[in-house]
Amino acid sequence: MPNNRTWIPYLLILPSVAFLALLFVVPLVQTIWLAVSDNGTPSLTNVQRMVGDLNFTRSVQNTFLLTLAVVPVQIVIALAMGTMVAKVAAGRETILWIWTIPLGISDLAAGLVWLSILQNSGYLNSFLYGLGIIERQASWLSYQTPFPLFLGIAAAEIWRGTAIVMVVIVAGLNQVPKEYREAAEIFGAGPWTRFFRITLPLIRPALQSALILRTVLAFEVFAVVYALGGRNFPVLVGEAYNWQNQNQNYGVAAAYAVLIMLVSLAATMFYLKAIKVDPERLP
Amino acid sequence: MSTARAANFVSSRRILLWSGIAVLCAWVLAPIYLVALGAFGGRSAVYLWPKTGLPTGLSLEPFLLFLRTEGVLGSFLNSLGAAAITVALSLLLGAPAGYALARYNFHGKDSFRLMVLLTRAFPLAILALPLTVSFIRLGLYDTVTGVGLVHTVLALPFAVLVTQGIFLGVPRELEEAAWVFGCSRIQAFFKIVAPLALPGIAATAVFAFVISWNEVFAASVLTVRNRTLTAYLLTVLAESPMHYRFAGGLMLILPSVVFIFAVRRYLFAIWGISSK
Repeated sequence: MPNNRTWIPYLLILPSVAFLALLFVVPLVQTIWLAVSDNGTPSLTNVQRMVGDLNFTRSVQNTFLLTLAVVPVQIVIALAMGTMVAKVAAGRETILWIWTIPLGISDLAAGLVWLSILQNSGYLNSFLYGLGIIERQASWLSYQTPFPLFLGIAAAEIWRGTAIVMVVIVAGLNQVPKEYREAAEIFGAGPWTRFFRITLPLIRPALQSALILRTVLAFEVFAVVYALGGRNFPVLVGEAYNWQNQNQNYGVAAAYAVLIMLVSLAATMFYLKAIKVDPERLP
Repeated sequence: MSTARAANFVSSRRILLWSGIAVLCAWVLAPIYLVALGAFGGRSAVYLWPKTGLPTGLSLEPFLLFLRTEGVLGSFLNSLGAAAITVALSLLLGAPAGYALARYNFHGKDSFRLMVLLTRAFPLAILALPLTVSFIRLGLYDTVTGVGLVHTVLALPFAVLVTQGIFLGVPRELEEAAWVFGCSRIQAFFKIVAPLALPGIAATAVFAFVISWNEVFAASVLTVRNRTLTAYLLTVLAESPMHYRFAGGLMLILPSVVFIFAVRRYLFAIWGISSK
């Protein structure tokens, strides 16, 4: 490229830089300021109100437990999907398409889908009744049944969110040269050894991406929970929504938002450190 | 004898593999099928007990009734409008940036890439909270445009990274050849690069659409009367009957499934690039 046109790339990125500055950086700063100020002066009133709120501890616990339960399962299912589909020749495209369908489904829709299964006269109860396990319609999504409600929400989240992990991991697997695994096989490595010693280390970048993406999304969980349990299962984003919309208190809502961002950022840092990706070895 | 046993061993592994695949396919498809039964079955199907999972007494009527409910059609159009704005803006702003990242080396390239990647570490929809205040001041609160702007924040980083990958896939030599033959840069771009990149850019557009179509939080916070379909469903959730909820769920699902089908070829290529 000739050097006398050095301004061209800047001109090309300018619109997106300006846009992100206005609608990403500015609101980010505003959220932080809203959270740690009261009537324009620095104050921790909002943070104190958030921490003192009845639902605070429960929403923190619920969000973390859900993330801890959902993300590892999604990674395992996605790895299973990736290794299975690699062994298939005919029908591979169709199978992959079916597995990616949930990618286009919103968390609200996923919640409504699982509501049709888990509601009192729904398919789960019909199934259990047919097997003779329950005698009348059991209720799974109420305030009195926190554990089944948790499992139901986790199932809906796993159902919806595994697709994105699978796509990232399959994309990573596609970039691993076949020769590595073949060489390992010649030297006598069994399938499990090949998986843990060759494949898994080589898809580290994809794994890291998938973990970051899914964990941030899991901390953002909201509509699935709302569709299935209403306010019976408080989560962080749901609380932010309620403080803003029902209570009209933007400060406490912002405090929740900052907490969610801090947790997401900490998780991202953790993954970046824990799963070291050598840039030279990127495929 | 031993070869027979080996063959048995191989075929039992095949069976295991295919049953695993079948189970996972059913896991994805069965819930969609069941919610569709709920959407087309109406009130009677919802309270039918015990259910069999077989399609009985289905008709289009319950779903059409839902479509005619006040607010549904309007929110559907609002969703389309917000998604259209998101698609247009994220491509208009994102594609040039993607092109710059693919073709030029410049100071600040790494910081720009970092800024784009960093957006991934933040739950972006949360940023809609302070924007309500600014949007009220600017007259953007409770408008489809406002929702579209926030959805663009979600889709733009994605559009930048994906279009970068797409432009990297168009050989630079072709573009240089066009310059030699007297095309200006802009002519070369529109005559050579754009047609080759078009399918990938269309796929990016579909993704931006799906991102906006599915977003719930920002749309709910930023609108009161001009709700998108997701925001509308969220706010009427508690008071709407079960079969309306299922109809709403199905209505949210159908377009996205069609669009994911349209871009299925690009899914893996795109995520291979943007996961780096």
